[in-house]
Amino acid sequence: MGAVALFALQGLSHLVRPPFYGRLFLRHLVEIAYFSLPVVALTAIFTGMVLALQSYTGFARFNAEGAVANVVVLSITRELGPVIAALMVAGRIGAAFAAEIGTMRVTDQIDALTTLSTNPMKYLVTPRLLAGVVALPFLVVVADVLGVMGGWLIGTTKLGFASLSYLKATMDFLQTMDVVSGLVKASVFGFVITLMGCWCGYNSKGGAQGVGAATTAAVVSSSILILALDYVLTEMFFAR
Amino acid sequence: MSGDVPKIRLRGLAKAFGEKKVLDGVDLDIRAGHGMVILGGSGSGKSVTIKCILGLIQPDAGTIEVDGRDILAMSRREREELNDRIGMLFQNGALFDSLPVWENVCFKLLAQKRITRAKARDKAAEVLAQVGLAASVGDLSPAELSGGMQKRVGLARAIAAQPDIIFFDEPTTGLDPIMGAVIDGLIVDVVKRLGATAVSITHDMASARRIGDDAAMLHKGKIVWRGPAASLGHTGNAMVDQFARGEREGPIQMELRR
Ligand SMILES: Nc1ncnc2c1ncn2[C@@H]1O[C@H](COP(=O)(O)OP(=O)(O)OP(=O)(O)O)[C@@H](O)[C@H]1O
Ligand SMILES: [Mg+2]
Repeated sequence: MGAVALFALQGLSHLVRPPFYGRLFLRHLVEIAYFSLPVVALTAIFTGMVLALQSYTGFARFNAEGAVANVVVLSITRELGPVIAALMVAGRIGAAFAAEIGTMRVTDQIDALTTLSTNPMKYLVTPRLLAGVVALPFLVVVADVLGVMGGWLIGTTKLGFASLSYLKATMDFLQTMDVVSGLVKASVFGFVITLMGCWCGYNSKGGAQGVGAATTAAVVSSSILILALDYVLTEMFFAR
Repeated sequence: MSGDVPKIRLRGLAKAFGEKKVLDGVDLDIRAGHGMVILGGSGSGKSVTIKCILGLIQPDAGTIEVDGRDILAMSRREREELNDRIGMLFQNGALFDSLPVWENVCFKLLAQKRITRAKARDKAAEVLAQVGLAASVGDLSPAELSGGMQKRVGLARAIAAQPDIIFFDEPTTGLDPIMGAVIDGLIVDVVKRLGATAVSITHDMASARRIGDDAAMLHKGKIVWRGPAASLGHTGNAMVDQFARGEREGPIQMELRR
């Protein structure tokens, strides 16, 4: 645990010391943000749809069907958008980073970097961390919009809401804080995902099997951390 | 020459992995501007010794001096400056498979900003030609190369920045005999032309005699013999002679390694 924190600090400390690997940062940014779009979009839409349906049946018992739009937008922006996007990215990127860096470790490529006048932390870890912190909020904005659209789709086609009044209810209830807290969460999750991917890969040993183990460890640990930190951050933002 | 400070001086170098003592007091002097060949059975710790000198493995005990300066006591900065002057060919090549060959070859020059990316391709072609590879190889990815070609690209990468000290971990393993001789010639040439100090690990005695001025043998964690590479095979040391001639009978017994 302390070792991971030290690793993270080391990775971050290179942010302020040249040389900077802008090219690598952009490559990882595209890898995370652009190529995760399909998965994040699909999961967000379906989550919004299910949420509308479920909350409708639930609220119908109390004759409070009107609250569906509010519930959907709040749940998506505050919780489900960030968490679902992060879990999807953890599966894709956490695994990919751990596998790539792990392979570099067991084939001496990380040692080779050192002998080639390049700091491996700066070259491999720092650009990835930064890309994660930047990419996740972007993905969460997409997830927020599509999640709400999913709810709206079900609300208007199946649950009999009028299109405009559904959207109005959505906007009326939405507060800046809801979105901002979601985006802050997203950045934290992006950091955690890339950190665990890099850490597990960087410390892997023992050939193909070791790389496989590192990949699994990266996905499992970042998923757990995402959910745990989600609670902590929610408590910080809203429990007052 | 005996009065000169050796380029690299190892004293009492020790390293254990868990219970297993790999190095157990290695003492070795490596002369500047000469070729040193390190011999030793598989798993005897040759690669570990080199990785200790490169700072990739932290030894448990002992000192390592380069140009008379204790490198284990150096600051990170000084260490990096030293590494700028060192080249290394890894046993398995260790090429970056996310980068094309030309970027691999010029990696160090690019990292040190001694060359622009625009010029790097031409420079890579030049160095690749020295190791007998066509310029078109530069655009391939390492995964598209044969094992021997990977080795040669690794060699090109090690020498591209014209280092002062170069380590070759089995430079000719996996190459055909003719290419092996070409690479040996190249190593000798690099030492002569750059005035570099070359430290090579090899199991190939013909190659050892070609690239080495001096030779040393590592056995059970210690240097058991050192002498001129030309004498390999008839050194008078029973262990070294057995090893150099590849005889089954002799003081070195095949043992099960733990
Ligand atoms: N990172 C490591 N962790 C644990 N053990 C290691 C490590 N690196 C090397 N060893 C052990 O140290 C011993 C020496 O390894 P080394 O790679 O130096 O052998 P070598 O002399 O280069 O052999 P070869 O000629 O086969 O390349 C081996 O028994 C190996 O298992
Ligand atoms: Mg070896």
